[in-house]
Amino acid sequence: MTVLDAKIPDGPIESKWDDHRFAMRLVSPANKRKFSVIVVGTGLAGASAAATMGELGYQVKAFTFHDSARRAHSIAAQGGINAAKNYHGDGDSIYRLFYDTVKGGDFRSREANVYRLAQVSNNIIDQCVAQGVPFAREYGGLLDNRSFGGAQVSRTFYARGQTGQQLLLGAYQALAAQVKKRTVELHTKTELLDIVVVDGRAVGIVTRNLHTGEIRSHAADAVVLATGGYSNVYFLSTNAMACNTSAIWRAHRKGAMFANPSFTQIHPTAIPTSDEFQSKLTLMSESLRNDGRIWVPKDLDEQRAVADIPEEDRDYFLERRYPAFGNLAPRDISSRAAKERVDAGYGVGPMKNGVYLDFSEAIGRLGRDVIAEKYGNLFEMYERITGENPYDVPMRIYPAPHYTMGGLWVDYELQTTIPGLFAIGEANFSDHGANRLGASALMQGLADGYFVLPATIGNYLAPMLGKPKVDTTAPEFAEAERAVQEQNDRFLRNNGTKSVDHYHRELGRIVWDHCGMERTREGLEKALSEIPTLRAEFEANVRVPGSADTLNSSLEKAGRVADFFELAELMCRDALVREESCGAHFRAEYQTEDGEALRNDADYAHVSAWEWSGDSANPTEHREQLEYESVQFATRSYK
Amino acid sequence: MNLTLRVWRQAGPTAPGRFETYEANGVSEDSSFLEMLDGVNEELVAAGEEPIEFMHDCREGICGTCGMMINGQAHGPQALTTACQLHMRTFSDGDEIVVEPWRAAGFPIVKDLVVDRAAFDRIIEAGGYVSVETGSAQDANLIPVPKESADLAMDAAACIGCGACVAACPNGAAQLFTSAKLMHLNSLPQGQPERSERTVAMVEVMEEHFGSCTNYGECEAACPKGISIDFIAAMNRDHRRALVRNRRSA
Repeated sequence: MTVLDAKIPDGPIESKWDDHRFAMRLVSPANKRKFSVIVVGTGLAGASAAATMGELGYQVKAFTFHDSARRAHSIAAQGGINAAKNYHGDGDSIYRLFYDTVKGGDFRSREANVYRLAQVSNNIIDQCVAQGVPFAREYGGLLDNRSFGGAQVSRTFYARGQTGQQLLLGAYQALAAQVKKRTVELHTKTELLDIVVVDGRAVGIVTRNLHTGEIRSHAADAVVLATGGYSNVYFLSTNAMACNTSAIWRAHRKGAMFANPSFTQIHPTAIPTSDEFQSKLTLMSESLRNDGRIWVPKDLDEQRAVADIPEEDRDYFLERRYPAFGNLAPRDISSRAAKERVDAGYGVGPMKNGVYLDFSEAIGRLGRDVIAEKYGNLFEMYERITGENPYDVPMRIYPAPHYTMGGLWVDYELQTTIPGLFAIGEANFSDHGANRLGASALMQGLADGYFVLPATIGNYLAPMLGKPKVDTTAPEFAEAERAVQEQNDRFLRNNGTKSVDHYHRELGRIVWDHCGMERTREGLEKALSEIPTLRAEFEANVRVPGSADTLNSSLEKAGRVADFFELAELMCRDALVREESCGAHFRAEYQTEDGEALRNDADYAHVSAWEWSGDSANPTEHREQLEYESVQFATRSYK
Repeated sequence: MNLTLRVWRQAGPTAPGRFETYEANGVSEDSSFLEMLDGVNEELVAAGEEPIEFMHDCREGICGTCGMMINGQAHGPQALTTACQLHMRTFSDGDEIVVEPWRAAGFPIVKDLVVDRAAFDRIIEAGGYVSVETGSAQDANLIPVPKESADLAMDAAACIGCGACVAACPNGAAQLFTSAKLMHLNSLPQGQPERSERTVAMVEVMEEHFGSCTNYGECEAACPKGISIDFIAAMNRDHRRALVRNRRSA
């Protein structure tokens, strides 16, 4: 085991980023066009990074597997984006946003990165407003804010219930402007299948055109992965259908270390499953917890209709257990509290698999119109899916896999352990520790893409000026092309009997049962014995019809699910060796008397970064010790 | 419930297409339309046949990827609803459902129900942005925006770019999409400096790829996000004004 160096700059936390920006080498404006950068993924992080580097003068090649750069799953974020503007004078500051984020992450994130995130949060809002992002406003024309879980100030900026779409459109439009100027070459419907490493440096990628099947190599001076998270390892999650781990997993297999893979966030407010045919879970924004109250009946055998259950027979369990934060307790805590009630038999709905999120009190206090103005589109969406009208009947919600705090290990400059390979947004691990606070994913994606990476990448490129470049004639490209072609051929020749989705669903069930909201040694060991068996069956018996030279969604899915199998093993192994509970990682063996997470700072205040050894059963663990200079370890309390 | 589907199958952009009939049995009314298609595809794969390719991703009505003609209506019979959010309780046991791709010259078919909507991106690239380089913005609250303007811009910006408006239009016109994109930016103070240039450029590219608007109004009826046809009038007004201004400055 080696100890990783995150290259955190010296000096007081307030000036680390400024000092480091001055210390980094620069590429002069005239020389930037001599460098090419590949950006994979065009969600918030990727589109903003590609646009900004295009503006700076780099030759950028951007890739997305969608038909348009505007469709990445960032688009689905409903609630908002945090920033430390303190426009409402309610006591917010950069330090408070930083502190809330470190605390919300249960002291498992890197202090210096989080402080920088809080610093640039304000620049993000400025940038997005200038682009024309239609944030909600007050009657005086100034920006409105609302509250989110884990915070006692109003710092969340929002655009109705579609903040993610509006921010992504801003970044996509900035990208479109650069495409027009030809500083960015955009490849749509093009999926990354491998990273190419020559002499220890990332020098390019191999892609497949999803419409024509063409396999192609692309070389560049640096490669940036902005390919999102891996919640779809659970099959059912709030992620879009195509979200996958393949880009970061294949980078991992090429030498990039994977950090904290078991830190996966289960969001408290999704619509419960209704039947076994379900393909995904739909999130109801956390912002609903501003006005909705969460409860279950006090009586196990409650038979009355919801409206007939009087106040005294309702258990507002979050308000009861966490009076200070109430319904706005952080996600991990709220999710677990809901699971505790449902497991104890108090669940509601036809399958007894949910809890109520009730707006009747808020409708009475504020009026139906105010609630409609704030949450109208979410209420309509809920009604479309469930057939129930939440103005009249409380919503039913249950936790669902939503976000992955784990990801590729990166240093302070967002560089992975492969020189020249960077990871930004949800694809990296650095800012959210063991639990992400609401409205912080959009913030981190845009911080990395607009402000951090475009500054740090120059420090890597500057010394390469005038040095010979690697192009796609290098044998490593041909080798990578051959390997991906071989994998595709293998799937197509297989002639098995079951679909890719069948195996994905089975895998998801194992990971959800044993590496979901609650983990135990016994369960994780069981999962570690079941996953390889199922994977062997998948490899022997999966059926992928069609051919490789046309649009073939089964073939796309087969490659992604193969990677999910290997990742699932690593997640369970990571959860097994972390013998403590922290944030979203709840090991049942390590809890306080009243069921809260029992952290072990003496032994586990570190990041686990895993190195691929060639065998998924034997990865090598490395560690980055987390040093807190500015904040003190404290037990999280939201009571 | 049990259903009969007549689905458009087409192997590639230039291959001839045809309707195939499939039985979808034991469909749950809580399933979405796309989950119903997933079930049909599972059976096709089990039988060694190629599944029906269709466009989809977020399955929560916001990414704008999905889209198909369901019984001749873009995204199907339910108003303000994308295909992924259409649920089977809208249909009845024994129904026959006809499923086709978007039919528009501006959206060539790639395979089965999948079309190529790249022309929308070309319209945005023509000018659908505010030119503001990263880091050059002033404090956000230095640009006050009247709430009515912000709300109007948001109404327009709610467009998800799915293409239902084009598919529903007998002329295959893209006026609703283009006007929504234009009026999002043209309604805001930030969008004023480039207003004329943007309007002329985007309308020009729109006309290269799509048909002409003759005020059928089908687009508004089909739009899953309820984008108002009023934006088309506003776009036409802005376009006229921009042309006059350009002539004056020429």
